[in-house]
Amino acid sequence: MLQRLYDWVDERVDITPLWRDIADHEVPEHVNPAHHFSAFVYCFGGLTFFVTVIQILSGMFLTMYYVPDIENAWKSVYYLQREVAYGQIVRGMHHWGASLVIVMLFLHTLRVFFQGAYKKPRELNWVIGVLLFFVMLGLGFTGYLLPWDNKAYFATQVGLEIAAATPLIGDEIRTLLAGDPSIVGAQTLTRFFAIHVFFLPAALFGLMAFHFILIRKQGISGPL
Amino acid sequence: MHRGKGMKFVGDSRVTAEQKANLPKDYSEYPGRTEAFWPNFLLKEWLVGSVFLIGFLILTAAHPSPLEQQADPTNAGYIPLPDWYFLFLYQFLKYQFAGGDYIVLGAIVMPGLAFGALLLAPFLDPGPERRPTKRPIAVSLMMLGVIATFWLTYESVSEADYEMRSEEYGVNIEAVESEIDKSGPGWAAYEANCLSCHGDALQGQGNYPALMDTERSIEEIKDIAVNGVGSMPAGIFNGSDEELQQLAEFIKNAGSGGGSEGGESSEGGSSEESSSEGESSEGESSEEGSSEEGSSSEE
Repeated sequence: MLQRLYDWVDERVDITPLWRDIADHEVPEHVNPAHHFSAFVYCFGGLTFFVTVIQILSGMFLTMYYVPDIENAWKSVYYLQREVAYGQIVRGMHHWGASLVIVMLFLHTLRVFFQGAYKKPRELNWVIGVLLFFVMLGLGFTGYLLPWDNKAYFATQVGLEIAAATPLIGDEIRTLLAGDPSIVGAQTLTRFFAIHVFFLPAALFGLMAFHFILIRKQGISGPL
Repeated sequence: MHRGKGMKFVGDSRVTAEQKANLPKDYSEYPGRTEAFWPNFLLKEWLVGSVFLIGFLILTAAHPSPLEQQADPTNAGYIPLPDWYFLFLYQFLKYQFAGGDYIVLGAIVMPGLAFGALLLAPFLDPGPERRPTKRPIAVSLMMLGVIATFWLTYESVSEADYEMRSEEYGVNIEAVESEIDKSGPGWAAYEANCLSCHGDALQGQGNYPALMDTERSIEEIKDIAVNGVGSMPAGIFNGSDEELQQLAEFIKNAGSGGGSEGGESSEGGSSEESSSEGESSEGESSEEGSSEEGSSSEE
């Protein structure tokens, strides 16, 4: 039954190559930890993706309770943490995942750098990877404000002051991010929420798609 | 397989005229024991992922994510601290040559150069050689960057007093959820003299200590209220000796497990969010019980 359904769709839209292209490739020996344990360094990229998926899923569930408003943001997080079933676990996963994804990205970057895997023809994928790193740091920065506790508030104030130190367009950047040239308040919270939940994830998905397509196109770099 | 130009389609559709099986690519350039990604390698990857997930969940369960008191822009005594992965920059800007008058240098130029170089690494290090030993400049610059980042982070962490922070800035759940007698004269005296600093649930905030479960005696409390202690100035208390006595008794009894002045259970006590300083006292979130709303709107 399932097979016939698949065949019916496949006959019309030719979906087989879509997934066979992902499924059918050989994994070379030098990246396979089953053959060389030291190849575990090749896991960092995949684990970064794994934690990113955890972040997306836990974040989706967090927005079911979170209220991006200065009156209720902290209360909704507190409520989530104290009252909602498994709320503490979901928020914990998102909180610790945010740190872990940075750790994994850092290790992945170091692996690629020290192996010289960014050399021709993979220059473009390195650039995309570093942009992904920046997007992740941006997600970390904007996500830090959302619980609206003192630590979030004052760290964001410092962060915005650093952004405002940019010559010529500093104040404009600050206003764009915070919604006001001097106040960190209701506007800042809604803007950070929008950036954290819509703008940066959109950039993240686009860049990740590029990153993976290029890996499939170019294959993994050879052994040293 | 045909790609791009010259590819033939059936009619005007996107279905290729020639259907070929997508055969696994030849990995003859990497001789050795290759393995099919699907399903062999993916099964092993799944195992690694599972072990990783278990470790991650243990971390999550063992360390609940922190939440400090609700943001209070008027809290002047708060020492800001970013998340750990920004600490290196935060620490860097503390140095004389990178902060203050040189903020553009420290906050924009130097990080810009470092991250710009990282972004453009393939073009700054264009040679064909991949081995770290064969490209000493790129590798040593990266090492320098990594060591500097680690060292700055370490310096920042050792300067920050995390124990103090979690004690002073964290939400004191016990204080938040314990009941305070707000019907007696002691509360009135507290509200008039102490609440603005020590909070509406005696939980303290910033540099102001919590007054819950104090170990001081009534006489000591009276003395502190009048003469101050530490950084608390003298003359905070304004009122009669009788009010002073009521205040001291109120503080002594607050949070000591009930039975203070009798009326404890009649009032809803402080709700969890009323602990969260000034601005939260209006507009309770609807998730919380409405009985608690009454008590905090009195304040």
